[in-house]
Amino acid sequence: MRTTIRALLVGPLVGLVVVGQALAAETVKIGFITSLSGPAGIIGEHMKNSVELALDHLGRKVGGLDAEMIYGDDQRKPDVGKQLADEMLKKHKVHFVSGIIWSNVMLAVAPTVTQAGTFMIGTNAGPHELAGKMCSEFFFTTSWQNDQTPEAMGKYMSDQGLTDVYAMAPNYAAGKDMISGFKRYFKGRVVDEVYTKLGQQDYQAEISQIRAKSPKIVFVFYPGDMGIQFLKQYAQSGLRGQIPLYSVYTVDEISLPAVKEAALGQFETRYWSPDLKNEANQRYVADFKKKYGKMPVFYGAQSYDGIMLIDSAVRAVKGDLANKKGMIAAMRKADYKSTRGKYAYNVNHFPIQNFYLLRAVQAPDGEIVMQTQKAVFENHKDAYHQECGMKW
Amino acid sequence: MLLVLEQTLNGLQYGVMLLLMAAGLTLVFGIMNLVNLAHGSLYMVGAYLATGFHQWTGSFLVAVPLALAATLVVGIVVEVVALRTLYERDHLDQVLATFGLILFFNELVAIVWGRAALYTSLPGWLSGHMLVLPGVRYPVYRALVILVGLVVAALLYLMVTRTRLGMLIRAGASNRTMVAALGVNIRLLYTVVFGFGAALAGLAGLMAGPIYAVQPGMGEQILIQVFVVIVIGGIGSIRGAVIGAVIVGMVDTLGRAFLKPMLSTVLSPSAADTAGPALASMLIYMLMAAVLAVRPQGLFPVR
Repeated sequence: MRTTIRALLVGPLVGLVVVGQALAAETVKIGFITSLSGPAGIIGEHMKNSVELALDHLGRKVGGLDAEMIYGDDQRKPDVGKQLADEMLKKHKVHFVSGIIWSNVMLAVAPTVTQAGTFMIGTNAGPHELAGKMCSEFFFTTSWQNDQTPEAMGKYMSDQGLTDVYAMAPNYAAGKDMISGFKRYFKGRVVDEVYTKLGQQDYQAEISQIRAKSPKIVFVFYPGDMGIQFLKQYAQSGLRGQIPLYSVYTVDEISLPAVKEAALGQFETRYWSPDLKNEANQRYVADFKKKYGKMPVFYGAQSYDGIMLIDSAVRAVKGDLANKKGMIAAMRKADYKSTRGKYAYNVNHFPIQNFYLLRAVQAPDGEIVMQTQKAVFENHKDAYHQECGMKW
Repeated sequence: MLLVLEQTLNGLQYGVMLLLMAAGLTLVFGIMNLVNLAHGSLYMVGAYLATGFHQWTGSFLVAVPLALAATLVVGIVVEVVALRTLYERDHLDQVLATFGLILFFNELVAIVWGRAALYTSLPGWLSGHMLVLPGVRYPVYRALVILVGLVVAALLYLMVTRTRLGMLIRAGASNRTMVAALGVNIRLLYTVVFGFGAALAGLAGLMAGPIYAVQPGMGEQILIQVFVVIVIGGIGSIRGAVIGAVIVGMVDTLGRAFLKPMLSTVLSPSAADTAGPALASMLIYMLMAAVLAVRPQGLFPVR
């Protein structure tokens, strides 16, 4: 008797709780982690601004549900990134974690998030571990695998018959990936490869070493503030006119206004450029310039795409955020208007996409801009997807 | 051999930048017993003001004195408004308060100038490179930095050892109660010393502008090395700061340049590739640990 009464009393209460949760789930919570302070703060600002622009374009809703963004500043430190991810999972109970600029931070954050059964939508870093052995069905990226972009540069330089390269990168996960990607497609001789401290400011000692070794070409990967410093110092040392410099993720819309002429003529490879002719990109670039008064950069385009990918997933399951299988299936189609144009996902949830050769040129208005020259790779796959155990 | 000479110049150039920062920091700590984490912010302010004045006046030579004077004023204002209340407090309180100042200055420059790094150019006569010896080319601007640094070090030495102000500074560092008891306006002395330290940090910052990225947070990157310098040299000691800065500049630069080739003679190339850069970036901290173990008071402590 007593149990019946209890069941009668408790039953509706349980029902109420379930309904309450269903109503609470009417909001999509997205935790976005990036570097918002310190010298990398400008990259984080571009990413955050692009996320906000994506939300504007979606009418401040994601997949038809109200969206709540929680931003976190990882300060370019893996431990801080992991702490933020834990806080977002446990305190804010987010449905998606997104962002992350640095590969070493990504390697700390992504497993934390995916092992909790929550989606991690990477919008920049693509360390090879996550593309291979550590791949997860809950991890997607709207950027690239680290090796891919330097692979394109290695291919282009080989095609040009260049040899005797001096390669340089910061000493961390992405730096190692970039050089190994470059060497995978570069057929010429690598004179030396040099790794510098992440966040290093002064490269004069290394530049003196370059001059002493006198290679025919220098290849570098120096993202963000490191690129600005390297380019300036390379120009000041007088090597600019003597040894051609090729780079990835070093000359972009963030460093160009700070280095100007020191970048003129510079070649880069990338999957995206502001001058890509597709509807989504033209709208993104035009509205970004209108809203923030400057050119967007690939970090932003990827983050814009990240929100659009989440939107497509939530839309496909009609707002039922508990249907994770449905969202995985939807995201695997990459069925949204990406700023790079249509692309496909590989088995490891890394994009199969084109890579272009870009060059820094002087625009008619005197500004220095990146201009697409040609596609080096079409539908390029990363080198690690076979190590990933996922099948679909 | 020529490469060693060129790398020595690089080490010296880095050393004199550290010296300008370390001199101010160690004076403030030695005399006022104040741990000032915001010293790097004054370096950043100096770089921003120089860039700002350069863009405004169009002349590098006009911008330099304006920026120096303005950083001096900023330093004095910071001392009067924020730091004056901290002298009698615990070091932990000082660390917290000056850390707050770092956040304040980083946000302030981000609000005024934006988060993007600023474009700074050099006048044509400074932007080239020159022949030091046959086979050794060196950027003109970096040579100028070395020259300015050495001149400032010499002036600093003369000021501390030969002037009345220097005498008070040395006395204040040894026993400030006695100095105050002798009728010296210790409060004014503190303000002067702090403003002077700020101007030195500003000088380092404005010289760093054309080489590094002028951006929020640029001060913290150099600050850690500056702390290493004053720990090695002896806290509060000007002589220690000068010698410590040159040692740290040399060890860091030569380590980055020659550690990997040296290791590759005893290790396999791939092991040298991995160990070289990792060890090179740790070298100055290992040096600091060694100095602390042997001489906890630093190499040239204040007597």
